[in-house]
Amino acid sequence: MSPQALLSVKDLRVGFATEGGLLQAVGGVSFDLAAGEVLAIVGESGSGKSVTAQTILGLTRSPNARIEGSVRLRDAELLDAGEDELRKVRGERIGMVFQDPMTSFNPVYRVGAQIVEAIRAHRHDVSSQAANDRAVELLDSVGIPDAERRVDDYPHEFSGGMRQRAMIAMALSLEPEVLIADEPTTALDVTIQAQILRLLEGLNRERNLATILITHDLGVVAEVADRVMVMYAGRVVEEGTLDEIFYDPQHPYTWGLLGSLTRLDRPRPARLPQISGAPPSLLAPPTGCAFRPRCPHEFGKCAELPALEARLADAPSHCDRCWLSPERKREKRQVAGQIGLEAPA
Amino acid sequence: MATGEPLLEVTDLVKHFPIKEGLLIDREVDQVRAVDGVSFSVARGQTLGLVGESGSGKSTVCRAMLQLLKPTAGSVRFEGEEIAGLSRRRLRPLRREMQMIFQDPYASLNPRKRVGQIVGDPLKLQGVASGGQLRTQVQELLERVGLSSEHYDRYPHEFSGGQRQRIGIARAVALKPKLVVADEPVSALDVSIQAQIINLLDDLQDELGLTYVFVAHDIGVVRHISDRVAVMHEGKIVEQGSADQVCEHPTDAYTKKLLAAVPIPDPRESRARRQGAASPS
Repeated sequence: MSPQALLSVKDLRVGFATEGGLLQAVGGVSFDLAAGEVLAIVGESGSGKSVTAQTILGLTRSPNARIEGSVRLRDAELLDAGEDELRKVRGERIGMVFQDPMTSFNPVYRVGAQIVEAIRAHRHDVSSQAANDRAVELLDSVGIPDAERRVDDYPHEFSGGMRQRAMIAMALSLEPEVLIADEPTTALDVTIQAQILRLLEGLNRERNLATILITHDLGVVAEVADRVMVMYAGRVVEEGTLDEIFYDPQHPYTWGLLGSLTRLDRPRPARLPQISGAPPSLLAPPTGCAFRPRCPHEFGKCAELPALEARLADAPSHCDRCWLSPERKREKRQVAGQIGLEAPA
Repeated sequence: MATGEPLLEVTDLVKHFPIKEGLLIDREVDQVRAVDGVSFSVARGQTLGLVGESGSGKSTVCRAMLQLLKPTAGSVRFEGEEIAGLSRRRLRPLRREMQMIFQDPYASLNPRKRVGQIVGDPLKLQGVASGGQLRTQVQELLERVGLSSEHYDRYPHEFSGGQRQRIGIARAVALKPKLVVADEPVSALDVSIQAQIINLLDDLQDELGLTYVFVAHDIGVVRHISDRVAVMHEGKIVEQGSADQVCEHPTDAYTKKLLAAVPIPDPRESRARRQGAASPS
């Protein structure tokens, strides 16, 4: 990890005014991303992971949005950047890949033409022939077979995996420094998912691309991430290196996520450990720790919101928001010999 | 296989869809062999997991098996009785014995109906209950699947994905069916909710003696819930056996490939596996 942060997010808060009041989608998120680093943001629907990523690119701006904090890309502040400035950042410095490869392309234009358009919108001096050659080269580099011919296909002629590859090719067409991938493999079959993950990993290594990977799948995280942020109800509840999060998780929500996985590498339990209840409404979140209503280890102090801070003497970059002492955590997270939230009912 | 007669026995099931061409007269030029000779049986009270990637034919198997699609060929025996090719009328009384849970909890509930009606309709249509008795029964069902009896008068849009799936489950078990076919019932849900729904399905199976055909693309989920697992690929079953046997000692090349692609939520294991793959031993 280089000390030089490429992208720096500080106390990002995103709220949306709704008929039911202010919906606080992101409630103070901070992180630094260095070149060549893969940061995974993990969480469930409504945890604020996608809103965080979209706000970086100015995609959540709207009359009812309340956005505060700071997002710096090298020296440029993005939160108050004008649309013209942002347009230069999008694609050119930060590329984005969305979840659904079926709807991210315009169905009535050829795949190649859409990549050419992305290139020429930013590089006016590139001829359409040169841009087309570049599109072929890009499709080839992400593993589309027979790219020279396939560049003239329409999106519906591509399979889901090929569309996601083409989407990645498009996101890389202007050689951005940062790639944001929002659930890039969720809609894909596992065998295709494995290929896309290898592709992302290779790109990250070869181009020193800084990557934010948003996912709900801890298996995917284990395959590619360097660092992990776990989000719950708009806040980061735990953050650390890949190994810290998997082998020494500090927050009960992380225990719950790890415990409720159906794992092929372990004997199957009679019952699946679960996290009971449902995530809170962001219109009226509980006071104090947002996970409190679902946590079996809740105690008096939890009515007060714990800060996200390092609570382990030997791991300064491993932070969490839980009042339990590290010793108590180590003891409480042991459920039937594995890490989990509680024994299945 | 357990002793006794299987509840469901599918033999050489085939479902082909025609590909037609032509302006005025549709000529059949080819066929999509969605299901191409599939055989399996499910013992009473057990769960058969059907796993495969998109397009492998697993959903078509379910639909053809339940006679929601007319099979091209093959036999489906339910409690020993042949049901393939039965008329709608003859199928009607059997419908209450065979229910289905769908993947998308947002699309599988009628948005204009109240929850009470969605869950109560099967009971009413099959003449099991009516009036105040119907209401009580539905409210009991709602509570049984982890909802509240006060949800009776609400509409589907007022519920989260996990709660909607509970409504779909209540509807499926309302008639106390013998067979429940669940087509990707948890794949649209968040991980923490997935575990809740899987545990609920497990409990209902024990309580009501249900037999499940559980379809999913996630082999981890399938292994957890199933007694037996059948792996589908390109319209055929390439391997079947006990869940542990198929997942731990696969013999078919495709099953092996499928298992190897599942990410392991353990960084050390995952690193070791990738190094192993990078340097072929």
